[in-house]
Amino acid sequence: MSDEPTSVTESVRPPATAEIPTPQQRERATTIFERSVEDRRAATLPPAGVAEAELSELIPKRFLRARPAELPEVSEPEIVRHYNRISRRNFDLDTGPYPLGSCTMKHNPRLNERVAALPGHARLHPAQDPKRAQGALELMWLLERQLEEICGLPHVSLQPSAGSHGELAGLLLTRAFHAERGEQRSKVLIPDTAHGTNPATVTMAGFEVVKLATDERGGVEMDDLRSKVDPEVACLMITNPNTLGLFDPNIAEITGLVREAGGTLYYDGANLNAIMGHSRPGDMGFDIVHVNLHKSFSQPHGGGGPGAGPIAVSERIEPFLPVPRVVRAETGNGAGPRYDFDYEKPLSIGRLRGFAGNFGVFVRSYAYIASLGGPGIKDASETAVLNARYLLAKLSEGRAGKYLPAAFDEPAMHEFVLSGGPAKKQLGVRTLDIAKRLLDYGFHPPTVYFPLLVDEALMVEPTETETRESLDALAGAIDAILEEAEADPETLRRAPYTTPVRRLDEAAASRKPTVRQPSSS
Amino acid sequence: MSRYTSATDSDRARMLEAIGAASIDELFEQIPEELRLGRDLELPAGLSETEAFDHLSALAARNADADSELCFLGAGMYDHYSPAIVDAITQRSEFLTPYTPYQPEVSQGGLQAMFEFQTAISELTGLPVSNASLYEGPSSVASAAYLAIGATKGRKKLVVSRGVHPHARETLRAYAEGFCAEVVEVGLVDGITDSDELEAAVDEKTAAVFVQSPNFLGAIEDLEALAAPAKEHGALAVASVDPIPLSVLRPPGELGYDIALGEGQPLGGRLDFGGPSFGFFAAAEAHLRRMPGRIAGETRDVDGRRGFVLALQTREQHIRREKATHNICTAQALNALGGIVYLSWLGKRGFVELGELLVRRTAYARERLAAIDGVELLHEAPVVREFALRVDARIADVLDRLADQGIAAGYPLGREYPEHEDGLLVAITERRSRADIDRLADALESAMETVQRAGELQGASR
Ligand SMILES: Cc1ncc(COP(=O)(O)O)c(C=O)c1O
Repeated sequence: MSDEPTSVTESVRPPATAEIPTPQQRERATTIFERSVEDRRAATLPPAGVAEAELSELIPKRFLRARPAELPEVSEPEIVRHYNRISRRNFDLDTGPYPLGSCTMKHNPRLNERVAALPGHARLHPAQDPKRAQGALELMWLLERQLEEICGLPHVSLQPSAGSHGELAGLLLTRAFHAERGEQRSKVLIPDTAHGTNPATVTMAGFEVVKLATDERGGVEMDDLRSKVDPEVACLMITNPNTLGLFDPNIAEITGLVREAGGTLYYDGANLNAIMGHSRPGDMGFDIVHVNLHKSFSQPHGGGGPGAGPIAVSERIEPFLPVPRVVRAETGNGAGPRYDFDYEKPLSIGRLRGFAGNFGVFVRSYAYIASLGGPGIKDASETAVLNARYLLAKLSEGRAGKYLPAAFDEPAMHEFVLSGGPAKKQLGVRTLDIAKRLLDYGFHPPTVYFPLLVDEALMVEPTETETRESLDALAGAIDAILEEAEADPETLRRAPYTTPVRRLDEAAASRKPTVRQPSSS
Repeated sequence: MSRYTSATDSDRARMLEAIGAASIDELFEQIPEELRLGRDLELPAGLSETEAFDHLSALAARNADADSELCFLGAGMYDHYSPAIVDAITQRSEFLTPYTPYQPEVSQGGLQAMFEFQTAISELTGLPVSNASLYEGPSSVASAAYLAIGATKGRKKLVVSRGVHPHARETLRAYAEGFCAEVVEVGLVDGITDSDELEAAVDEKTAAVFVQSPNFLGAIEDLEALAAPAKEHGALAVASVDPIPLSVLRPPGELGYDIALGEGQPLGGRLDFGGPSFGFFAAAEAHLRRMPGRIAGETRDVDGRRGFVLALQTREQHIRREKATHNICTAQALNALGGIVYLSWLGKRGFVELGELLVRRTAYARERLAAIDGVELLHEAPVVREFALRVDARIADVLDRLADQGIAAGYPLGREYPEHEDGLLVAITERRSRADIDRLADALESAMETVQRAGELQGASR
């Protein structure tokens, strides 16, 4: 293989015209409802095997539906074809690089799907007597211990369903923690670089957001923090490395200040993939950490879930954890330990969802951690950081160095944020245009316009999944796109050309929303 | 190089050189010395794929799943048959591995599936707008409370029937701490919500009234009548519903409800020991701009082609931040896709046929079990596929006996309904044949005899 960075030659440059529509573009989007033909069907059901009484003999007529729900009438082959066809209108991680910042698009091992589908997992009823679900409880117990070790905190609840649910759990825990001390604190400190779920959660949990400024090095502005830490502060909520991909070297001082003032410390673990095996939120002084199993621990994102957002907590938060807790007792008779659910936690905030959490996700993440082991987990973070830094170096060598420079001149970790400010000024193209053109090149674009404080932000997180070659190709594509912009910015402004649909009118979809198929009856 | 990475020593050396760093450790220099772990993680060594598979299989083997025994458990999640195409489609990489559709031009498959899903949920609930999924049933109830508090300009009282799933009521209580709202519970009489008590509980401070039908005890509630107090006092009427019974029951949208929501697992979802499943959430048009979660909307591209996007994003956390209508980000898109595939598979007719089959089989099972000595109906209200019994013996003992014979006979009500210490909830799906029901009945009958006899002996020797 050649040592040269892949450069995009004219022969592989994607078309910059949409004059001849692609086959997918020619195919008009048709919904499953529109494919419906009266009397077609897929399912056949078993016979009831009991008396075929009129329904109205069993249920009073006023409770019964007058007309059936208008579901599609389609045969099985039609259903399969329909969903296979529309699936091809998605770009996915199994097809190509997906460097979506903050989202940790790492490979989703198929082994995990296989073990999650075992009947002992997939077909286990949540109301099964714990005595008869010992394997499931043991798996949960083991995963809790693994996450404790990785986060550096002594207790874990797997219950929350996603990162934002973990955040809500964290702030409800904070509320309970202060209430137990007879205090009612009203403010939550959040850096202005925070992810949107953080402030949204603060409001939902009944607190008020107090924003912290970012200093010129991309960390928390310490003077601003000092001026805002007071007895009204219930909690500090922060990501480290933050959404700029920068590890805040003052983190211990930051957590110390808030702890001294009596607040709790919340660590948004969305960026845990940067530091696993190198540093732990518990050791940085945090009380509560959520872990996105669908980011750092390989649960597939599913086009918008499912995920899971377990929380790891310190001793002082433990009494308030959601119920049920998974507990283990030694039987002492050589039969091995017994696992159970414990509902009796008098100070618990209660429960935040049905049953005990997204168990199917736990199976996948447990399989992932068990497969990698300690060294593998550490290697994942190291490779993620290596890949990000390498990509940044490659980009800086080319036109991106000039038009899309790093927003902060600090060493990034697993992701980095570029600013398209210069591209906008000098080339007249926006970050959005660059992102859309990347689609033609076969890459999912990085996250755009986040974090908000960076002008024309482009947030790049390649993860450990990418190879050196794919990083070279991505850097090459961005360089080629900027070259196109130098020649004619319109090329980018009208992109994409080759995707199943081209730029969509998002404003219209919100002004006069059509959120369902018109009823056929 | 570990299992899922590609960098060789030579790659690493070349990449470090390009970065201008001498070692991997140098890349972590930003982390102050005292915050570095400085030791290996105390985790077991990694496993090869075959070892990992065997280890996970061994854990799975220690669970009594619904294939290895006769399962009559319900209580919110049901052992319906999930057709092979649900897994085949949801396991496609194109659906399994993308993120939330932030780049609509390359996410039309997922967005269109959301749009189709929303259409189906609107059809089921009789309400015009639906989102693309929430986490699961119980937290959807709490999310409706948040919407209602906003929609009623800060009213802070939430009235909830004890017929609503206990997990949903507990979740509502936990969230209500954050909303600084009060939760008032209304009891059941003869298995259904006490309408007098409900009427008395609802007032001008009430933001929302929550009822469930069929309720946790399986009883079909008179949803129409129960919506009246909310209407009268300007509160939102919220119905928690199970999607399968909606095949035969009148939808909440026709009965005066502002919001209908529920647990989506019955729609072809795995049991998965409780998750992941999905929550669905439909509402009256007036609440569209306060809805939680993603919503797919139809639009056009620059060439006039039909396409789909995430609509009304100004409700959401990534745009509106602390003023967002909810904090949800990652939801349950893949499970909702499974839901629409399942509903397409059943289709307009199959859906109704399934509902009718369940009503008839359940009627048979209910009669058969209630005829057993020492077993009676806990309530006589009409039901669809789940019903409650009163068992005149220690429930745990009866269940243990049946479990020894490979039967998970039902869900004991005692922990969540202390007033029904002797209550047992039994669920019937199309997978439980008449012969299965007969087997349960026979086993229950003899278990009752044994347990009662043991009880008498114990009583006599005391
Ligand atoms: C930094 C950060 N915090 C929080 C979240 C929310 O996580 P989730 O989508 O799992 O709710 C995300 C992910 O989108 C994130 O990137």
